[in-house]
Formats: sequence, structure tokens, C-alpha cells
Amino acid sequence: MPTVISSALPGNGASASAPNLPARAGVGLKPEHFRQIIDTQPNLGFFEIHAENYMVDGGPFHHYLTRIRENYPLSIHGVGLSIGGETAIDVTHLNKLAALIDRYEPQSFSEHLAWSSHGDVFLNDLLPLPYDAQTLQRVCDHIDQVQTHLKRRMLLENPATYVEFAASTMAETDFINEVLHRTGCGLLLDVNNVYVSCINHHRNPYGAIDALAHQSVGEIHLAGFAQEQDGAGDTLLIDSHGSPVAQAVWQLYDYALNRIGPVATLIERDNDIPSFDVLFEEAGQAEKLLQSHTVRENAA
Amino acid sequence: MSTQHEFFDALLDPARPIPAGLTTWNGSDPAVRFAVYRNNVIVSLIDALADSYPVAQELVGEEFFRAMARLYVDAEPPRSRVLAFYGTSFPDFIEHFPPAASVPYLSDVARLEMLRVRAYHAAECATLPADAIAQSLADVDQLPTSVIRFHPSVRLLRSQYAAASLWAAHQGIEDIATVDPEVAENVLVMRPHVDVEVIRVSASTADFIARLLDGATLGTAVEQANLADFDLRNTLSLLVQKQLISSITTSRGKQP
Repeated sequence: MPTVISSALPGNGASASAPNLPARAGVGLKPEHFRQIIDTQPNLGFFEIHAENYMVDGGPFHHYLTRIRENYPLSIHGVGLSIGGETAIDVTHLNKLAALIDRYEPQSFSEHLAWSSHGDVFLNDLLPLPYDAQTLQRVCDHIDQVQTHLKRRMLLENPATYVEFAASTMAETDFINEVLHRTGCGLLLDVNNVYVSCINHHRNPYGAIDALAHQSVGEIHLAGFAQEQDGAGDTLLIDSHGSPVAQAVWQLYDYALNRIGPVATLIERDNDIPSFDVLFEEAGQAEKLLQSHTVRENAA
Repeated sequence: MSTQHEFFDALLDPARPIPAGLTTWNGSDPAVRFAVYRNNVIVSLIDALADSYPVAQELVGEEFFRAMARLYVDAEPPRSRVLAFYGTSFPDFIEHFPPAASVPYLSDVARLEMLRVRAYHAAECATLPADAIAQSLADVDQLPTSVIRFHPSVRLLRSQYAAASLWAAHQGIEDIATVDPEVAENVLVMRPHVDVEVIRVSASTADFIARLLDGATLGTAVEQANLADFDLRNTLSLLVQKQLISSITTSRGKQP
């Protein structure tokens, strides 16, 4: 019998099996870009998918993701778990998530500090929560349940919000830090969301970055926003994911990297999706900033 | 009433007042900001329907489509967090939507679009190569009791209208000027590999495939076929050529 020599993994192969997302730039994976990514093997740190889009039996989504996963680290990002919901976590959905995670063995799984379902109706939006003791308990219970069920640590993403609640007794950053502390989950620091929420609620975005637990940050998101006006004519930013990352958000990101050190960073674009080359170039901007911040201290 | 229940009701019904207890830093009317959430929910769900039904949207125009989709979203908000199949009942809604009555084929074109979505995401399944099928079908004694199973993506649409031709015209595959919407069409939708295919078949072929899809034996399906215009050889060769057959078993359970 001739000796069988296993073929060398191409390109990014070595990192596809890494335990964590690399401190590099990644891009949200869109079906429009499947073939180009497979054909050109772009030099990127990772790809991220929305979990719910891949909760289908078969077909091109799984066909292409399987091939892409062979060469890149993967982040699975949920948008439908409704972790802040008053309704119990949907165990059927959680089982589908567990199956997806088993299948693709992603380096990271993340979800949102928000609610998106009520009863059996799915609202397909990330809805805001009051920051009070009752909500804190519920969110922590749900995260415990998810982490136990999935047998892994998850990352929780800070929200972009348009209203605040009279019932809130805590600052958003204190609320998030307490969730991180109680559940042991990590933080998906969405720098665009920090910026959007701080402008919308007249807070200092740099202060918010300072206040969040830096050692818990496992991933950063960057995206574009849209600009509108509220009832008083003041700026109201909408987390639209439909445009390039704004200059103010790049500056805030640079500041965050100064404080936190380099962390896996995703360019998110979910609406008006441009050519892959446009997203790749934006990821290149993030990559440059990442490379200029080489030291990370106190990472968990 | 819980906070989220009140929020939920106000999101889905713009006639309701916004939930109590919402604040803004500048004292501006929170209703303006709450409207962002209302808009996100409704627009994202209408967008999901537009993604699944692009040809239906082209047939009636964006404005009409979105107004119709909005009424559907109000009546049937999603019950699943997986939106790929959201709007499965939208074609039935269209069929019974009086303002769309002047476009009688709209619901069937929409049905075809949802069958394509279903086929696109259907499970993977190995199909039999031509020589294995030939071997199975060579045993004439076994033929009447043979049961043919298809790739999970295989779907059939029986339409009183030219649903497939109308759909194809909107892909630039056919010239719309040559399409008579009133000609009935039978459409086979499949995704044997990566790409979804849509092909027209005769009524008799559709009858035959429909019986097989229902689990009838080959013998029963042939017996019930209208032999005047049914070509068994052509139909089988289509199924073989498109690699749609996943298994052939007999009532005695013999595998090919």
C-alpha cells in the first residue's frame, strides 16, 4: 500500500481550526458573495453568519458555508433568541442553534441584549429593555440557560436603542457589566451601537467605552447608521447596517482598540449589500487599525 | 399587563397609544422614536416577503405589492424565528385579496416562487445514477409494485395559468410578448444539486409524478395515467436525466 499523504490545507487553513476568533477583521457572509469567496479565498480573519438564516435543511447555504468553513474561522451570531424576552426561551429554537453549532463548530457564538419575540410571534427586530433588577435577573437566567444548553460561553451584544425607560434604575454600562459578571458570558462590543445609543440618549460614547468591562470583550462589530431627527429636531441615529462605517465610529473604534487592545472585528452590512470588494476594503481599514494596536492586556 | 405585552400591542397596531413609561433625554415626544421600532418591524417583514416573491412584486408593482404585503403582515405575523419560509400562506392571501382579482395568475406565480424557496433550502439527498435505475426497472416482474422516491426538493405546481412562463419571462428567459397567461401549465420544481430548476411538464406527466409523490406504486400510477397522451418512457427519462430519483423499492422491500 502506498503511503497516503494528507493534503496541506490551503491559505487560511491553519486558523480555521483555531480555538478563538483571531484578532483580525472579518466580514458578514452574504449569499451574494458565496462564489467569489470560494473562488478567490480572500485574506480575511473570519466570517460571521446569522444563525437563523442557516436553520434550513440543506441547499446552497449549507453547501457554500461548509466549503468556506474549511478555510476560515467562523462566528455564529443569533438574532432570534430573544434573550431579554418576558416569554421563556424557545427550547426548540435553542435545539436548532445547538445543532448548527455542532455542525459548524464556530469559534464564537453571540446574541443580543434585546427581545424580539412575544408569545409565539417573532417581530424580527431587536427591541429595548428597561435596566432594572427584574430585567437583570431575567436576562441572567436566560443567558445561564443558553450557556448550559449549548455547553459554551456566549458573547452578548450591547444594543442600539431609540427610547429609554422611566423604570430603569441602572446605567446601560452598569447593567451590561453586571450581566457579564453574574453569567460569565463575554461582550460583543458593537462600537456602532455604542455610538448610536450615546448620540440618541445624549451620553458620551467615549465614556461608555471606558465604562464597559474591557477584559470581557470577545469581538467587536462595526456598521453604518442612518440619520434622522426626533420630535425635538435633535439627531436620532438608526442602526441600519445599510451604509459604510461612519468616520465618528472609526474614531471611537480606534479609541476602543487603544483601551482594549486588538480584538476580532466584524464589518456588518445587512441592507443595500455592496459588492464583496467594497466590504473587503472596509475590513482592510479595520485590519490596519488592528495592526497598529498590537498589545492586549488583561484579556479573559 | 406586562411591559412587553403593551410594547408588542403598540408595535403591531399603530392606532394604539405608545407604551407608558418611555422617556427621551430632551423631553421630545417618545412617539416619534417609538415609530422607528414600528417601522423596523413592519418594513423588515415586508422586505422578507419581497425577497421571497420578487416576480409577484414585479407583476403588480412595488407600491401595490408592499401595501398588500403590509396587510398580510398585520394578519399573519411570523410564528417562527426562521424567516426563510415566512409568507408560505401569502399566495392564498393574494388569491382572496379582492384588489388583486384583476391579476388572476398572481397567486400561482407566488406559489411557484415559494416552491422555489422550499426547493432551494430542501435537505440534501443522494440520487440514483442512471445505471442503477435501469437495473431496478429491468426486472419487469417487480415493476408494478415498485415505489419511486424523489429528491426532497421535488415539488409540483398545477396551475390554471401560465405560471412558469410568466415567471420565466421575468427572469429574462422568455419573451413576455409570447406568453398567454390563460394557458394552463404544470410545473416541476427541483434542486438536484446546487441550483433550483423550473420546468414545464404535460398534464399527464404531472398526474403521474403527483401519484408517485403521494406514494403510489409504479403500477398504480401507470394504470391511472391517461394513456392517450402519456409517454412513460419520456417521463422516466426526464426523472433520470434530472437525477430526481432517490430510491426505488418494491412492496417486498427489495432495494436496487
